[in-house]
Amino acid sequence: MTDHKTSKEQKYDRQLRLWGDHGQEALENAHVCLINATATGTEILKNLVLPGIGAFTIVDGHKVSGEGVGNNFFLTSSSIGKNRAQAATELLQELNSDVSGNFVEESPDKLLDNDPEFFHRFSLVIGVQLPESTCLRLGSVLWDAGVTFLVCRTYGLIGYMRLIVKEHTVIESHPDNALEDLRLDQPFTELKHHIESYDLDSMAKKDHSHTPWIIVVAKYLEKWYSEHNSQLPKNYKEKEAFRQLIREGILTNENGKPEDEENFEEAIKNVNTALNPTKVPSATEDIFNAEQCENITSQSPSFWVMAQGVRDFVRNEGNGKLPVRGTIPDMIADSDKFIKLQNVYRDKAMKDAAVVSKHVEALLQSVGKPPESISEQKIKLFCKNAAFLRVVHCRSLAEEYSMDTFNKDEITSCMDSEMVLYLMLHSVDRFYQQHSRYPGVYNYQVEEDINNLKLCVNSLLQEYSLNVNVKDDYIHEFCRYGAAEPHTVAAFLGGSAAQEAIKIITHQFVPFNNTFLYNAMSQTSATFQL
Amino acid sequence: MNLLLFSLFREKKRRRIEELNENMVVDGGNGDRSDWQGRWDHVNKFLERAGPFTHPDFEPSTESLQFLLDTCKILVIGAGGLGCELLKDLALSGFRHIHVVDMDTIDISNLNRQFLFRPKDVGRPKAEVAADFVNDRVLGCNVVPHFKKIQDLDETFYKQFHIVVCGLDSVVARRWMNGMLLSLLIYEDGVLDPSSIIPLIDGGTEGFKGNARVILPGMTACIDCTLELYPPQINFPMCTIASMPRLPEHCVEYVRMLLWPKEKPFGDGVALDGDNPKHIQWVYQKSLDRAAEFSITGVTYRLTQGVVKRIIPAVASTNAVIAAACATEVFKIATSAYVPLNNYLVFNDVDGLYTYTFEAERKENCSACSQMPQDLQFLPSAKLQEVLDYLTENASLQMKSPAITTTLDGKNKTLYLQTVASIEERTRPNLSKTLKELGLVDGQELAVADVTTPQTVLFKLNFIS
Repeated sequence: MTDHKTSKEQKYDRQLRLWGDHGQEALENAHVCLINATATGTEILKNLVLPGIGAFTIVDGHKVSGEGVGNNFFLTSSSIGKNRAQAATELLQELNSDVSGNFVEESPDKLLDNDPEFFHRFSLVIGVQLPESTCLRLGSVLWDAGVTFLVCRTYGLIGYMRLIVKEHTVIESHPDNALEDLRLDQPFTELKHHIESYDLDSMAKKDHSHTPWIIVVAKYLEKWYSEHNSQLPKNYKEKEAFRQLIREGILTNENGKPEDEENFEEAIKNVNTALNPTKVPSATEDIFNAEQCENITSQSPSFWVMAQGVRDFVRNEGNGKLPVRGTIPDMIADSDKFIKLQNVYRDKAMKDAAVVSKHVEALLQSVGKPPESISEQKIKLFCKNAAFLRVVHCRSLAEEYSMDTFNKDEITSCMDSEMVLYLMLHSVDRFYQQHSRYPGVYNYQVEEDINNLKLCVNSLLQEYSLNVNVKDDYIHEFCRYGAAEPHTVAAFLGGSAAQEAIKIITHQFVPFNNTFLYNAMSQTSATFQL
Repeated sequence: MNLLLFSLFREKKRRRIEELNENMVVDGGNGDRSDWQGRWDHVNKFLERAGPFTHPDFEPSTESLQFLLDTCKILVIGAGGLGCELLKDLALSGFRHIHVVDMDTIDISNLNRQFLFRPKDVGRPKAEVAADFVNDRVLGCNVVPHFKKIQDLDETFYKQFHIVVCGLDSVVARRWMNGMLLSLLIYEDGVLDPSSIIPLIDGGTEGFKGNARVILPGMTACIDCTLELYPPQINFPMCTIASMPRLPEHCVEYVRMLLWPKEKPFGDGVALDGDNPKHIQWVYQKSLDRAAEFSITGVTYRLTQGVVKRIIPAVASTNAVIAAACATEVFKIATSAYVPLNNYLVFNDVDGLYTYTFEAERKENCSACSQMPQDLQFLPSAKLQEVLDYLTENASLQMKSPAITTTLDGKNKTLYLQTVASIEERTRPNLSKTLKELGLVDGQELAVADVTTPQTVLFKLNFIS
């Protein structure tokens, strides 16, 4: 047991409490590629370098310009005229000596021409301020290579992110308000026996008041069953009656006044959720029914092998239920009663996980892999999180843009929201294709470009048969932006994108799916699946 | 939100520019040696061009940039996770006259997100190192550091700023700052003078969650109006800690609260210092012993330190997002480029990215900003202790260690004060006396001072029967 903390542990302490040592390890083994060290790009990278990403490589063929220094914390005026990839790498590298920084002075288009496999080595490629054509080309290469691609752009006061990944699995999603796994509706044998060991009516006051509420609910449930044909309290009325039943169980003093029994109050408060029927959540059901879960091969990622193992458990030993999670919330109780109860759940969880392990081992053997190739620890973690598993599919850019598969419904039904900004971004891309520049970059262009941009908007809507209205105000505003990249919007996106990147790399928490739009004018945002 | 405010804000701004121009002698041009071609292009597009979504008061001008660069004064409270980001964001948005206040020194655990600090800076004052870094990296920027508590500065200091933006980690400090800006408001015949309003932008983060809000003191919801949004910190019950531990955390609290004062392991009067590894090591070992006694598993060094220091997990990304949102609002208010956030933004990126924007409402009888007398209803036979409990436990007041004074027989009398040991001892017997016994009458005015506000709060005591 090492009590002495390394300086890295001290430095990363605040984030280790969020993703643990294993999350940090994943981060330190990752190599991220950033394309274009603009303000948005360097802000994203800053938020990956600080937490200790293993390595980064900046790909950028641009030279540093005066305006490019003005909004970028990682460029200085002394680097004007020099290569932007190198200049930014130096100042980003300086943030954290644990990180290895690299740069390639080349445009991504050139790399795609000469060496597309260059991108295969990365855990994640982040493309910033990319023209549409480059984005689509790169998207295609990365999709085929199975490399996750995160597209980010700051356009005036608008931030945009698009995540592209065929399949991203999450075991540790860390849900905010997870329901407990108490099995009160269907207590397993060991829990039943433990509950039987209590006799509330014969207990001394001290013990009575320090009996865990789980036991209290279980005992009164038995009473309820005997009077209600073994049916759980179903609706509000019945739950109220059940709560009242428990309330009547509170001890009274010699004057008939109820004693202060906090554990009974806790029981009453928890009736609402404690009696929820134990069942496999739909997201987990979907995972069990997925093709990847059904057809395990020697190439299957461990996530799917374990999924089938748990699925087999559910269908057999589990009797339709997931392996017991093994944790209980804190509650008013004396130490001994609480620990004993906690151990009942813990022991059952271990037993269930061991059974799942057997299924997993058999599965591995059946596809010619050594049974130890998935560790016990990993299987235990998977079992503990079985109710919170998530799989995210973010489809390709090609599918998003294709006339046959673009998401017409989503676009037309969300026009009251940030969706209009998405269409505007596509429109300025059209403008760029036609004019080799973005609208309104110089003051004198603004007025004239409004009409040209409007033509682009109309041609876009026509081409995709989108019967929607884009207000002139947005066309004017997007010309006004002049493709500016104000620092505060770049910084907002920098934080957002970096966190999504960390989710992808650590496989913890759930990434967005798949298009995020931020409007700094209204301080609102939306996520669309396009 | 009152748009009239912004007209008057702009007027205040315009007057200041005129003053500055009058005072400028030779160096009259807008040329600045530290600027290069295109430096402010990204900013200028929002200042020089008209647009359909700008604030109704907005006028495109080539002078607005000068206002930002030369005249506008911003105060940043805190040079930590949010503070570092704020300084960078403001500096790169054209603000050059920035002051930053922070009473802390740099710790190694800050380095994962407070990017203006390096390992060699550990132990140095945050405000000073942050200012040095930004001034060095962003040419022409003049960040002035104050290695002080916010309470060490007075109204002459705070009055000089156009906008205050907070990146604090304590509700008490927020409330104090809120109270300070409220105390600067000028009312003429009961009407608020808008030019005395200093907007307050407040940001807060915790793990992957954060919020940003815009407060116009005297006009929109203040910190105290929405005190219920910050529920009081729940501590473990004493009986759990003393005799019925169940969680590893209970074991650590036992050692911290009961064992340490008893055993005084590092000497008499030596308080437990969460930053002293030797102290934490001792607590850790004793917590393990305690846990073993009750068959509790899970005590680790990391958990021990987390409980002792009440550590809140933190990452760079959330701080970056919230600070950026705050800085955007500072820019909007300073330039009228857009209508500011009205008035509260919530952010959470645990599952995808989620934002929620709403208008927090003013509380009619807010103890900080409503100017309404605060009523206290008690029986004359109630003890002073009950009044003290009310002041600390009431969700809308949440005072920390209130000092109660009143006027009796024409003289100022301290009924109870906790923060000075000798006075606490002298006034402690008053707590068990009834209000009647203390000589208080129906309608008695009580002045209450507390660390949560720079001004005393006046309460009117109403006797009930």
